[in-house]
Amino acid sequence: MKAHLSRRYLFSASHRLDNAAMSAQENRDTYGKCNNPYGHGHNYTLEVTVSGQVDGKTGMVCNLAEFDTFMEREVLTRYDKENLNTLKEFTEQVPTTENLCVQIYEIVHRGFTHAHLERVRLEETMMNSFEYTGENTPK
Amino acid sequence: MLYLTRKAEFAASHYYHNPDFTPEENRRIFGKCNNPNGHGHNYMLEVTVKGEVDPRSGFVVDLKQLKEVMHREVLDAMDHRFLNKEVPEFLHSIPTTENIAIAVWRRLQGKLQKAQLHKVRVYETPDLFVDFYGEE
Repeated sequence: MKAHLSRRYLFSASHRLDNAAMSAQENRDTYGKCNNPYGHGHNYTLEVTVSGQVDGKTGMVCNLAEFDTFMEREVLTRYDKENLNTLKEFTEQVPTTENLCVQIYEIVHRGFTHAHLERVRLEETMMNSFEYTGENTPK
Repeated sequence: MLYLTRKAEFAASHYYHNPDFTPEENRRIFGKCNNPNGHGHNYMLEVTVKGEVDPRSGFVVDLKQLKEVMHREVLDAMDHRFLNKEVPEFLHSIPTTENIAIAVWRRLQGKLQKAQLHKVRVYETPDLFVDFYGEE
């Protein structure tokens, strides 16, 4: 019996949207206030959905404590209370929430093997959110 | 095709324990949830049904009927209960959020007029929920 399990986490981080390949004017036009030179921050809400058969012995898709430990170690510790622009994945890439969502998807997809990753959903504010389901799973 | 979702809340207690595991395995796998005296949650249930809009009523499903079925089949059985001891499905299976979603699906399936059950979502807390789309 297959079920989908979703878990939500919070982290806070700062960023500045600026692309070195664009002129200062183009950056301002493209990113608006998000281009302010000193950056700004968000309380991000991360929602990760995994799926799998419900194990007959435990009644679970995967062990939640193991999943939380993985997420804490690989994702939350990496991004919480950080300036995203200083991290190596964002030296060449603008730390938009789209790009951050894909980065988190890749970390979970590579590292957590006890269930199938369905989706990563990232809320930047209460008004906007982004979802990524992987390259080969258009929905 | 339209999708319609109805929510309901129920409060219940449970604990996780598999009699085939040793006490040590039970503690290691289930952690604090293994406490035999149980603990409780305010579960939020979301039931999504799908169907075509009836041209006369303008409804996908009669919401009154959906609400009645959810109350009769699920809330009357689970609200303010100790799931392990009082709900038949959980006398022999562990009342995890996954198994609760499956049990809710089975209780509702076939009881709805016209509309078809699409998804059962059970929130154990606002940060943890399970979706079940039927037997696969």
